[in-house]
Amino acid sequence: MSLFNHTLTELHDLLHKKEISIPDLVGESYKRIGEVEEKVKAFITLNEENARKQAEALQAKVGTDESKGLLFGMPIGIKDNIVTKGLRTTSGSQILNNFDPIYDATVMNKLQDAQAITIGKLNMDEFAMGSSTENSSYQKTANPWDLSRVPGGSSGGSAAAVAAGEVPFSLGSDTGGSIRQPAAFCGVVGLKPTYGRVSRFGLIAFASSLDQIGPLTRNVEDNARLLEAISGVDPMDATSANVPVDTYSDALTGDIKGLKIAVPKEYLGEGVAADVRQSVMDALKVLEGLGATWEEVSLPHSQYGLATYYLLSSSEASSNLARFDGIRYGYRTENAESLIDLYKNTRAEGFGDEVKRRIMLGTFALSSGYYDAYYKKAQQVRTLIKKDFEDVFEKYDVIIGPTTPTPAFKIGENIADPLTMYANDILTIPVNLAGVPGISVPCGFSGGMPLGLQIIGKHFDEKTVYRTAYAYEQATNFHQQKPSL
Amino acid sequence: MSRISEEQVRHVAHLARLAVTDEEVEKFTAQLDSIIQFAEQLNELDTTGVKPTSHVLDMKNVLREDQSKPGLPREEVLKNAPDHEDGQIRVPAIIE
Repeated sequence: MSLFNHTLTELHDLLHKKEISIPDLVGESYKRIGEVEEKVKAFITLNEENARKQAEALQAKVGTDESKGLLFGMPIGIKDNIVTKGLRTTSGSQILNNFDPIYDATVMNKLQDAQAITIGKLNMDEFAMGSSTENSSYQKTANPWDLSRVPGGSSGGSAAAVAAGEVPFSLGSDTGGSIRQPAAFCGVVGLKPTYGRVSRFGLIAFASSLDQIGPLTRNVEDNARLLEAISGVDPMDATSANVPVDTYSDALTGDIKGLKIAVPKEYLGEGVAADVRQSVMDALKVLEGLGATWEEVSLPHSQYGLATYYLLSSSEASSNLARFDGIRYGYRTENAESLIDLYKNTRAEGFGDEVKRRIMLGTFALSSGYYDAYYKKAQQVRTLIKKDFEDVFEKYDVIIGPTTPTPAFKIGENIADPLTMYANDILTIPVNLAGVPGISVPCGFSGGMPLGLQIIGKHFDEKTVYRTAYAYEQATNFHQQKPSL
Repeated sequence: MSRISEEQVRHVAHLARLAVTDEEVEKFTAQLDSIIQFAEQLNELDTTGVKPTSHVLDMKNVLREDQSKPGLPREEVLKNAPDHEDGQIRVPAIIE
């Protein structure tokens, strides 16, 4: 049995009882990577030499005060858009193929303070633009449950590595569903925190008003504990919120008596597969059995989420990605006589198709004569979508629905048609637009592929989200099933 | 009717500092046209008087003390620069 079938607390206890060592934990990661990485292809860069050295050094400190933190000596995988000092960070793009960051993201500083060990950098759609990880310019990651299917995206490497047992936990980022959708496709737990809960300093920006870093884990308890470690206000990110960080693990009681659940009819409508709908109805029965109540509600502007999201996120991306100009860092073209050609050719050669398409859309939506019709209009609709959530949360504690309309699709199935690919995120996008937290937990299988239940909470109420998710998880056994690789 | 022309696509590519081939212009024109057509469903909604949301949290003007701090060491800054000489980043001539 893999060591990583234990929870974080169990691993911590085993470490302190000297039944396992930190080199065992790190060794387990690299052993598993050696066994399955050729098939899964979750990692872009490994940190093996440093990680093994760090493991030896930390092992000598087991039993001291320094080793009391839960994450002490724990192996973790990091999505490759989170900058790591001295460890190549590509954001899935050729334009950053040889980028060696000179600073650490705030979440990395926090993980280092907790003495966690970085195993490697995880594959993703280029600049987090995609829902299948097929837009990575390095490799296609496979879904550990069926290697012919996508792991989801954009944090496909982060979800696949956890599902395949290569790492027990990972960090991803979520702009329109990029943690929750791959978590659902790979049968793991993934949370997008409230906007502002986790510092974005050192997260290579895609859409700054939507991006959040969050944890992917094998169970709800580990997820809550990892979020505690990475949350908090940060002077380096002016959009990080000065709101106290709850002890999320206190919410892991299993008690949800009296919990009021809203189920939006728009989340179970047309386009949602029958098996997916059934798995949500079954989950609601489980939650009812635990003393919760649910009612159908409406989030009337849900259908406009996708268009709103693509206008706003592409506009923000077109501005954020202007920094990749071939001057200060990253790839530079060989073919340029003038400065403008240097910019244009560097970007044409360095960016992939989807990134170019979104830069073009965003530049168009922000350009003179179109700004009001597209960008401002989308910002106004965002207000309406946000209000939908506020109205429902006046009467209910959480909103529940599926994470995705279907289980994982085949590699290559949707890549030719951008709009079909975008439709994957239809149930996750409104959560980012409203800035509220959402988690995906395993809730069943369809044709052997995992399905995810999405639980959405109020701003900064991750505690209730975790409380609900934990109670559901403890009453079911979907999270205990592992792919046979 | 097409919502975006090839000429507009070339103009947008110039604004975005992206070199595009003729084939790319053709492809992006068709793809952007269908995405923009899809986005125009937002016009079904009357948003008169609705305040735009650029940011979901109720906070503004996050300020800090104006204190001087050391900058990054030059060798660190130059470490990732594709071309540099004498401690400076080199680019093609800007003035003819």
